[in-house]
Amino acid sequence: MVHGKPAHTGETTLALKLRVWRQSRGVPGHFEEHALAAVPTSASFLEMMDMLNEQLIRAGKDTFAFDHDCREGICGMCSMTINGMPHGPLPGVTTCQLHMRNFRDGETITVEPWRARAFPVIKDLAVNRSAFDKVIQAGGFITARVGSAPEANNTLIGKVVADEAMDAAECIGCGACVASCKNGSAMLFVGAKINHLNILPQGQPERERRTLAMVKTMDEAGFGNCTNYGECQAHCPKSITLDVIAKLNRDYLRARVKEFFSSTGKPSKGGD
Amino acid sequence: MKLESKIPAGPLADKWNNHKAKLRLVSPANRRKYHVIVVGSGLAGSAAAASFAEMGYEVSCFCYQDSPRRAHSIAAQGGINAAKNYQNDGDSVRRLFQDTIKGGDYRAREANVYRLAQVSTNIIDQCVAQGVPFAREYGGLLANRSFGGAQVSRTFYARGQTGQQLLLGAYSALSRQIGLGAVKMYTRHEMLDLVLIDGKAKGIVTRDLVTGAVESWASDVVVVCTGGYGNVFYLSTNAQGCNVTATFRAHRRGAGFANPCYTQIHPTCIPVHGEDQSKLTLMSESLRNDGRVWVPKNKADTAKPAAEIPEEARDYFLERKYPSYGNLAPRDIASRAAKEVCDEGRGVGQVIDGQRLGVYLDFSAAIKRLGESEVRARYGNLFDMYENITGENAYKQPMRIFPAVHYTMGGLWVDYNLQSNIPGLFVGGEANFSDHGANRLGASALMQGLADGYFVLPYTVTDYLAGVGLSDRPTTEAPEFQAAVKEVNERVAKLLAVNGTKSPRYYHKALGKITWEKCGMARDKAGLEGAIRDLQALRKDFWENVKVVGTGDQLAPELERAGRVADFLDFGIMMCLDALTREESCGGHFRTEFQDAGEAKRDDAQYAHAAVWEWQGEGQLPARHVEPLVYEETQLSTRSYK
Repeated sequence: MVHGKPAHTGETTLALKLRVWRQSRGVPGHFEEHALAAVPTSASFLEMMDMLNEQLIRAGKDTFAFDHDCREGICGMCSMTINGMPHGPLPGVTTCQLHMRNFRDGETITVEPWRARAFPVIKDLAVNRSAFDKVIQAGGFITARVGSAPEANNTLIGKVVADEAMDAAECIGCGACVASCKNGSAMLFVGAKINHLNILPQGQPERERRTLAMVKTMDEAGFGNCTNYGECQAHCPKSITLDVIAKLNRDYLRARVKEFFSSTGKPSKGGD
Repeated sequence: MKLESKIPAGPLADKWNNHKAKLRLVSPANRRKYHVIVVGSGLAGSAAAASFAEMGYEVSCFCYQDSPRRAHSIAAQGGINAAKNYQNDGDSVRRLFQDTIKGGDYRAREANVYRLAQVSTNIIDQCVAQGVPFAREYGGLLANRSFGGAQVSRTFYARGQTGQQLLLGAYSALSRQIGLGAVKMYTRHEMLDLVLIDGKAKGIVTRDLVTGAVESWASDVVVVCTGGYGNVFYLSTNAQGCNVTATFRAHRRGAGFANPCYTQIHPTCIPVHGEDQSKLTLMSESLRNDGRVWVPKNKADTAKPAAEIPEEARDYFLERKYPSYGNLAPRDIASRAAKEVCDEGRGVGQVIDGQRLGVYLDFSAAIKRLGESEVRARYGNLFDMYENITGENAYKQPMRIFPAVHYTMGGLWVDYNLQSNIPGLFVGGEANFSDHGANRLGASALMQGLADGYFVLPYTVTDYLAGVGLSDRPTTEAPEFQAAVKEVNERVAKLLAVNGTKSPRYYHKALGKITWEKCGMARDKAGLEGAIRDLQALRKDFWENVKVVGTGDQLAPELERAGRVADFLDFGIMMCLDALTREESCGGHFRTEFQDAGEAKRDDAQYAHAAVWEWQGEGQLPARHVEPLVYEETQLSTRSYK
């Protein structure tokens, strides 16, 4: 989904006013204002931030820390709330793939970190998203020891199912869904992983166990519940859709019911 | 420096199986008593860490990113090769081996490459079992596509995000072990030194990037899977954080660095657009399956829109020069051909520094043949990415592409067991040198990373550990650890203390300009000698005038970059020296003095060896050693894709 404007043939530049979040460990944060001139419209948003940081270094001031790595929209490391929108105004892209041709000359741009209880700020624009890793560690996998795999083509998976699994598996774990949600809910992230694994034949043996464990860990990590605002879908850079949450709810219900009827009176090891 | 390749005896096809049968084992009850450190969490690192933990070892894994899932393996697009022969087109382990060794221009170690082809089939099985959603046929079987440098369809893929899906597979296996407590994961940690005791690798020193704490960790073995050094060119398709520091620090402790001049320039990247650009973006080589590469025949047409240039005025130069492989010629050859036409003044796109550096990659024929919806299904995400970056719609007009640094074949020298010349230091994935020779074929990097991590290191590291006494592990109280921590602290303090005027990025850009111009797609003696002098001067300037803002006790991106650039400066000198002393052309190493009308001219009599560099101390040039490459079953021939 691309809504890029037509290419500028000549190189045009922008003068910008930037309001950027500054925060050190253990100290409340605040906005700092900076002016930045001659930003090429062909630059990416992060390249604009690089320019700002270089300007700060020339003035002998500390730079703004922000997370970024691949700068091609796949690693999920970049995380900025731009004018109130995680990853900025362009649908279907990460901050690193947002280019300055989408902004106007003279514009004021506000840049903040992800705001969510489960993602504490480390410094400036960088936050701690290890809660996502914990959810995956609880059950976001198919147990398949190295050395024990059967021949790959012994498992038939229809193209439609494989494509559906891939649609969900495209999630990059950036956390924009959480940052955009009033409840700080991680249901889109968890739903995407549950959908990827729970619809594949290889994922069936651990289906209930996985669902219960991931939801339990998600709740413990301080993420909120889903109340169908739909902001996560609107800001997901990989265009993951809300139906993964519906399917997560279905699978969770299914797992709870199964757990109830198979209860032996002993505490379950899979979920709560 | 002792360089024993330890290639097992016997016919090529039997070497690995015979060797595995002889490797020693560690009993399950004893495995938990050994501590394995894995540095890096890309395909090789994640796969190795997960495998060691599954076997029962105590594992610690370190990465500089905020999560192991973000390692740059994730950005690989096109696919992964495996000799499954699902397409019934004559593929076999031997053919994959032959393609790979030929693709590497006969500068890889034969036995390693054969093993890689052998285990390729296990990788696909393993990934499918983990739930990697590879592309499928309607009947439910796995689909394949063709890729550069091969005449069979052996590449498995997950849309244009194969690396992502394979890494997430390895990450899920690793995560499971972390959840079970079998792996301790340290994110936002950077390895800054290797610790040796009695000549053996016994641990590492890291810096916690969030708190600035410098700590040391003792282990029985260290496995380094920290990727390549493409960022020595500043602009590359690598992630911003990719660096040579871990491998270079190991090099400074005595590990040989092999073939640093073998760097891969990928032909299909989005051209440079300006001064403030921070990275180059690759468009998957798979695009060359359906896209046709061309430039105008006449210089006068280069400024015209593509649509105004009639068919007969277009030069499909890859199809013209390499009719049997056409647009699927290997990367080094396709890149050089693109450079050649641009040097002739027939490049397209905007003028930068007086030259148009770009060629067309045209899908109009494919859209006519397959329909736009089919092209969208195959490459939709790549077309979207192209439009995001350039603002151009590639369904309506051809893409513009130009070669960019993408992968580095050189790396720490390892023997057949993937052990460096330092006992106890193993190296996997792009960080080692062994499998790709002077040029890597498409869809082989993912194969190698996972082969090393899942199917080679678990066996060979176990063999090493079988010879390590259960009480041999030192504690970090040992003087060697204390000294290493002190050195790292001093270096950090030194970087912060220079307090000059120029940013680390300034030096990184200046470094990249020198290496790209003098040690990029074409190299020559005078240029390389000049580059070494320029880099020495730049290094001196760096240590006198760099300005590192921030403090050492919290997240300090400028300090991280400064440390990495400092190592890249030393490393760049070694890379240029390697290119200077290899007086032949092979694969991605193209010395203009050694060519046959534009084709690389190898000198097998003098240079059929790996060049291995030994650290000689601060400010000194490293010393060159060689490992002769012995070909038992391969006939060295001139690579031809015509």
